[in-house]
Amino acid sequence: MMGELFSSGHTACAGCGMTNIIINILRAAGPDTIISNATSCSEIVSSQYPCSAWRVPYIHVAFECSAAVASGIEAALKTQNKKSNVIVIAGDGGTFDIGLQSLSGMVDRGHNVLYICYDNECYANTGVQRSSATPHGAWTTTSPYGAEMHGNPAGKKPIAEMMAAQGCKYVATSSVAYPLDIQQKVKKALAIEGPKFILIHQPCTLAWRYPPEKTVEIARMAIDCGLWVLYEIENGKLKITRRPSFRTGVKDYLKAQGRFSHLTDEEMEKIQEKAVGDWKRFEGLEKTTAA
Amino acid sequence: MFPAAKSSTAGNKTGSWRVFRPVVNDKCIGCKLCYYSCPDDCIQITDKKAIIDYDYCKGCLICLNVCPHGAITKEMEKK
Amino acid sequence: MQVTKVIEGSHAIAEAVKIAGPKVIAAYPITPQTHIIEMLADMVAAGAIDAEYINVESEHSALAACIGAQATGVRTFTATSSQGLALMFELLHVASGMRLPLVMAVGNRALSAPLNIWNDWSDSISCRDSGWIQLYCESPQEAYDTIIQAYRIAEHKRVLLPVMVCVDGYYLTHTSEPVSMLTSLDGFLGDYEPEFKLDTENPLSLGEYANPDYYQEFKEAQHNAMGNALSVIGEVNEGFARKFGRGYGNGVIETFNMENASHAVLTMGTLSSTIKYFIEREKSDVGLIRLRSFRPFPSEDLKKVCSDVRSIAVIEKDISFGSGGAVATELRSVMDIPVASFVGGLGGRDITLKQIKEILGSTGKSGEGLTFVGSRL
Repeated sequence: MMGELFSSGHTACAGCGMTNIIINILRAAGPDTIISNATSCSEIVSSQYPCSAWRVPYIHVAFECSAAVASGIEAALKTQNKKSNVIVIAGDGGTFDIGLQSLSGMVDRGHNVLYICYDNECYANTGVQRSSATPHGAWTTTSPYGAEMHGNPAGKKPIAEMMAAQGCKYVATSSVAYPLDIQQKVKKALAIEGPKFILIHQPCTLAWRYPPEKTVEIARMAIDCGLWVLYEIENGKLKITRRPSFRTGVKDYLKAQGRFSHLTDEEMEKIQEKAVGDWKRFEGLEKTTAA
Repeated sequence: MFPAAKSSTAGNKTGSWRVFRPVVNDKCIGCKLCYYSCPDDCIQITDKKAIIDYDYCKGCLICLNVCPHGAITKEMEKK
Repeated sequence: MQVTKVIEGSHAIAEAVKIAGPKVIAAYPITPQTHIIEMLADMVAAGAIDAEYINVESEHSALAACIGAQATGVRTFTATSSQGLALMFELLHVASGMRLPLVMAVGNRALSAPLNIWNDWSDSISCRDSGWIQLYCESPQEAYDTIIQAYRIAEHKRVLLPVMVCVDGYYLTHTSEPVSMLTSLDGFLGDYEPEFKLDTENPLSLGEYANPDYYQEFKEAQHNAMGNALSVIGEVNEGFARKFGRGYGNGVIETFNMENASHAVLTMGTLSSTIKYFIEREKSDVGLIRLRSFRPFPSEDLKKVCSDVRSIAVIEKDISFGSGGAVATELRSVMDIPVASFVGGLGGRDITLKQIKEILGSTGKSGEGLTFVGSRL
């Protein structure tokens, strides 16, 4: 209990990346911030009546409409001549899937809202089900492995690029691996008028099946092997903010997590190939959009 | 105030969850990496040293894992 | 001072919203309420209403945006019908559970399937458990007055529940009549003073999760607030009548020709006008009870007004499959006398004077089962 705007005593798992993300978001945003939260782990661990871990004004309404709620808050603040930060915090389920419509609407209308999605690549709060953020091959309870299926058959929705295509003024990816990166990107976003979107990679000890102390370590591996690229998109230009070292292989990253333990060498090779291809595509985008 | 909540989660002393406790030693130079990565607001840097709030520390040991100086070790929690 | 113009119901509602002064209006179109939000858009564009007008991408988001704005401490407005109201269903419960005094106009329209754009009450009646106050209007004038009253009822400290102002699609929304409009509220509706709000000066957490130890009391409190609403609706109706010269019965029910009636007909909305017309033309001795408030359900008022009545026929535009007409079912639970149940006008079908004559002629008969008016099956 050291005085952060998101206090101790919340009931997140030991080693939870999401609560660390929230702490760093609020370190950057400060107390003049209103949070619109989607139903998610972040809501459940922080806001059990009659207590709250939030030391900023906070509202939770439902699962799929945190962006619409934020739109209403932003509009109301305008009429009150107030300029507080309006930040949405939602998981991947409430963003990529059920929340996509209201997020798209908010961006389309140009509300001055920062939408932050913490991506643990599944519906974690309900016990680890597949979302459209779940990477190919990952085990979840609704994409398990057996004779007929070998983990998630689908891929990962490119939500950040979709938001950039739709016209977000600032889009960025970040990770629990680099808390200062989170803070920098949040600060930068909040200084820009209009809709902003930040996607933050968050290993989940329960869903990805690894010991709690490795949350940051695994997040760094994802970046180092090229599977999670840190970039910003502003004014149509993509800029890579941290180049992967490639000192870690995709296989090392996959093997560190129980959710990939069923993958064959061949399947891991395919994921490696795709990672290489995706990285090349980002490099290419950086070059072509720089012009 | 009925549908709105204000009281903090401070009453929930999650330190009781611990199996292992992180212990900071002399190698700590106050680089703040542990402070940046703690999920539970349990680390403060005072006089270039990391101080851990054991009332709430859940013993996840992320701090131990990210420390580049070997300044944090773990001990079994004594009950 | 009031100004009278011949305008359609939707326009009357927009005018009432204008004077009530919400700061955030969420808009999504659906027949037959679309004229309301179109007129509001014109007013905002012309600067006649000083509000943020949000063109949301679905009705679910319309209510979500209103919840967010109301929670931030400003009055809001939205309107919907039928499928839109059904899409909002989840959030109706949230708004009421969060005790946010939203006001919404519902242009009553039949629910799919089959798709039907015309009037019946299936949409709002299906939401009767959502914790929203439901007031049913008979005329564009009443719609105008009720929108203004709705803000005062919703925001009353002993209520703090959202209000649905229900108006028959087409019969009310698209019908033009002389409507007297206020030039000033004259203090009838003050500034919105929320009990709690999202404010960085005083951080609160709204919409938390409550485990079994806490949840039930929230619901009990909502139910009690609904009970309080009965008298508040009456007080607001009376206050409005004293200031502006128009009242609607005692606020929760209105009666017509009940003075010496031994049989009565009960209905809601615009159908009341047709029945009044019939009673007058035929010099019938049957009385009419118009239910203005369906939620809260005014059991005591109904029992009192029916103390000398020997039977009631209910005509309603809704059906709870496997049970019966919702209004008749609820009335039967508070009455000792026979209540005949008639369900008709579904999907906008006309209820004719001939059918009304048959229904009035049937009073005194069976108080069981139900009859579909003019059934072709």
